[in-house]
Amino acid sequence: MEKIVQEKYVQLENVNMTFFTKKGTFEALKNVNFSIREGEFISIIGHSGCGKSTVLNLIAGLLQPTDGNLFCAGREIAGPGPERAVVFQNHSLLPWLTCSENVYLAVERVFGATETKVQLKKRTQAAIELVGLAHAADKRPNEISGGMKQRVGIARALAMEPKVLLLDEPFGALDALTRAHLQDELMAIMAKSGCTAVMVTHDVDEAVLLSDRIVMMTNGPAATIGDILDVELARPRKRLELAEDSHYNHLRSEVLKFLYERHAKKAA
Amino acid sequence: MSAIGISKESIKTIMQNEQTTPTPTAVKAAAQPAAARMAPSKRPSARSLKLRSFFEWLLPPVFGVLAMIAVWTLISYQSPNLPGPVSTWHSAVELFSDPFYNNSPNDQGIGWNILASLERVGLGFGLAALVGIPLGFIIGRFQFMSRMAAPIIGILRPVSPLAWLPIGLLVFKAANPAAIWVIFISAIWPMIINTAVGVSKVPQDYMNVAKVLNLSEWKIVTKILFPFVLPYMMTGVRLSIGVAWLVIVAAEMLTGGVGIGFWVWDEWNNLNVEHIIIAIFVVGIVGLLLELALTSLARRFSYE
Ligand SMILES: Nc1ncnc2c1ncn2[C@@H]1O[C@H](COP(=O)(O)OP(=O)(O)O)[C@@H](O)[C@H]1O
Ligand SMILES: [Mg+2]
Repeated sequence: MEKIVQEKYVQLENVNMTFFTKKGTFEALKNVNFSIREGEFISIIGHSGCGKSTVLNLIAGLLQPTDGNLFCAGREIAGPGPERAVVFQNHSLLPWLTCSENVYLAVERVFGATETKVQLKKRTQAAIELVGLAHAADKRPNEISGGMKQRVGIARALAMEPKVLLLDEPFGALDALTRAHLQDELMAIMAKSGCTAVMVTHDVDEAVLLSDRIVMMTNGPAATIGDILDVELARPRKRLELAEDSHYNHLRSEVLKFLYERHAKKAA
Repeated sequence: MSAIGISKESIKTIMQNEQTTPTPTAVKAAAQPAAARMAPSKRPSARSLKLRSFFEWLLPPVFGVLAMIAVWTLISYQSPNLPGPVSTWHSAVELFSDPFYNNSPNDQGIGWNILASLERVGLGFGLAALVGIPLGFIIGRFQFMSRMAAPIIGILRPVSPLAWLPIGLLVFKAANPAAIWVIFISAIWPMIINTAVGVSKVPQDYMNVAKVLNLSEWKIVTKILFPFVLPYMMTGVRLSIGVAWLVIVAAEMLTGGVGIGFWVWDEWNNLNVEHIIIAIFVVGIVGLLLELALTSLARRFSYE
């Protein structure tokens, strides 16, 4: 059976986002337009505070746009839903639950109505094993390292079998070695699951290594999409080989130029 | 209440200081050249160090108690009506040798009086928890409810607990329920407020998780709100029981019956000042024990 890949699986149309705060209104996003193909891995990159998380939260349904429309799989995004799982920047695990209980909470919610407890437990275990944490399944979040926490966060999201995986700077708080390791793992997992992913990052190498396309945002206020870069690098990608690859380095410098020449941020 | 908290904090810091003081000595001992190491008899052994730090930990509170007794003795010499520690001690020994006698409703052992007071506090406090904690959750969870409750709490909370006694007597037409009512109304505020504050402090991240997972309200309460709020709730419970124990003595003085408060009043009428002093100590010690029990309970419930 041939599956038809939807070209516009996730779609943002003229999205504006204005925050109304006590200090007045703040126009964060203006006229954001882009669409994501099914199965595609998209990175959103931009300087800190430009509105990357806001875009992600809009797709997640955690925020409602002040203007414009968002669609996922042909339907308007009305609110959060388990078909759009989020891996949060600070992992957001519940500290009073063990790793597997954290994952189970998500599994139960999505599959609880149709599956038995045994099946739910199996799913939980499979997700924990997928991220290589079988040995820490019964530990609490504060007993494991930052990298492991982030893995649990990824396991929780993947266990929901989402259509779209949303990641907000998932590796931002990790040291370089752990980060590289998790990036490789994420690539492998995404290749296996084939789900669509949107990742917010401020790490140029991470963006180029993982993405099919990189969405580059201008600085706020009223941030919008400055440019979209196609990353035509064959998969599976190996970070060591790519380090020498001229096309990889060209793409990398394209992003760097965008960030530091065309849309340099004044020092705060 | 807060005085207890502060003094405990200072005790804690004292304890920490005591624990850290041996360390520099140990470092110095280790850093000393070989000459010093050749005479190990000069170096204090680990056991004697431990013993020393134990005494250093124990001495200040002992000194504190001794100082209190000394001041009390001095004052009792100055004022002939105030019994000194020695006569109070003899009186206490006699009193506690038979704490559970029961001659008549108005003449019962100190043990019965303490138990009667604890029962009232337990009932009033338990009812307050039963009402206050769910109320706190509702107020913390829904902005509308919080705005609605704000003026009520704002006006009623500063009212002195005993001002509620006439209302209780009027409604219940009996002294005992009126006393329980006073405990209830004075113990409920810390629980409502602390629970509500806890709920309103639940990190947005956790609520975002709940939203993304589309958790039901029941799951949100049991899996996210309740575990997060528990430590706040326990603080409320601790404050509440402290207030309740503070209030019970005064309430019982007014309502009569069996109870430590009424006992104090009775002994005042008998001009038995030794017993009044004993009662002060009993009230203080029971309060301290309640506080300690709840603190250790709270520590158990903390997920950190
Ligand atoms: N809930 C909010 N209320 C008001 N302003 C907000 C809110 N969320 C984000 N902002 C503002 O919108 C801008 C973009 O924020 P964000 O999307 O978090 O940036 P990024 O993730 O790119 O660092 C920032 O200037 C931020 O202060
Ligand atoms: Mg962000």
